[in-house]
Amino acid sequence: MSLAKPAMRGLLGKRLRFHLPIAFALPLVAAAAFKYGVTEPRKQAYANFYKQYDTTAEFNNIREAGVFESVRPTGK
Amino acid sequence: MLATRALSLVGKRAISTSICVRGGHGVAKVDDYALPAYFDRRENPLPDVQFVTELSAVQKSLKEKEKGSWATLSNEEKIALYRISFKQSFAEMNEGTKEWKSVIAGMFFFIGMTGLVVLWQRKFVYGPVPPTFESEWKEKEVQRMLDMRINPVEGFSAKWDYENKEWKK
Repeated sequence: MSLAKPAMRGLLGKRLRFHLPIAFALPLVAAAAFKYGVTEPRKQAYANFYKQYDTTAEFNNIREAGVFESVRPTGK
Repeated sequence: MLATRALSLVGKRAISTSICVRGGHGVAKVDDYALPAYFDRRENPLPDVQFVTELSAVQKSLKEKEKGSWATLSNEEKIALYRISFKQSFAEMNEGTKEWKSVIAGMFFFIGMTGLVVLWQRKFVYGPVPPTFESEWKEKEVQRMLDMRINPVEGFSAKWDYENKEWKK
C-alpha cells in the first residue's frame, strides 16, 4: 500500500518551467507563420499587380462601363 | 418562596428544560444545521468534525490504540482510522460525474426546439424579402462591382477574366 510521498514543494516553479517557454515560443511561431504565410504573399501580390498596371487604359475601361459620375462614356 | 412552591407543583422535569425563573430568558434549542458539520471539499481539507460520530466498540478500541505509537498500527488499521475521520478520499471526491452527458443532451434539445421555432417564424411571421435579393438584381449588382473594379488585387475582381468576360478558372 505504501504510496510515494507526493511532491510538496516547487509546484509553481515546475509549472512555470514547463509553460513559460511554450508561452513565449507559440506566439513567436504564430507571428512568423502569419508573416510568411499571409503578409509576404500579400505584399508580393500587390507588387506584381502594380508592375503591369496601365492606369490610363484601366481608367478608360471603367469609364466605358459607365460607373463614373464625373465623366460620361465616350460617344453619345 | 412562592416561586419555589410553584416550581414543586410544575415538577422536576420542567425545570431542566426551562430556566425561566432566572432572568426571564430560556436556553435556545440548538438545531443540527447550526452545529459544525462534516463535508468533503477540496478547498477545506480538514473539516470541523469527524465523519463517524458514534464509534462502534471496535472503532473505540482502535482510537485507544491510536494514542500509542503509530508504528504498531497495521495498514488496514490506518485505513480504518482514516475512514473514521473522513468519508471520501481526495481521489474519490474529485472524480468526475457523468453529468456532462445530460448537459450536452439538454443543449441539443433546446437548440433543436429553437430551430423549430425559427422555422415556424420564417414561414408564418416574416414578410417577403426585399427585391434586391432577386437574381436579376443580383446579376446587375455583380456586373456593377466588376465595372468598379472592387478588390482587383486579391479579392473580387481579381477572380474575373476581363478579356474573356468570364470567371477565371
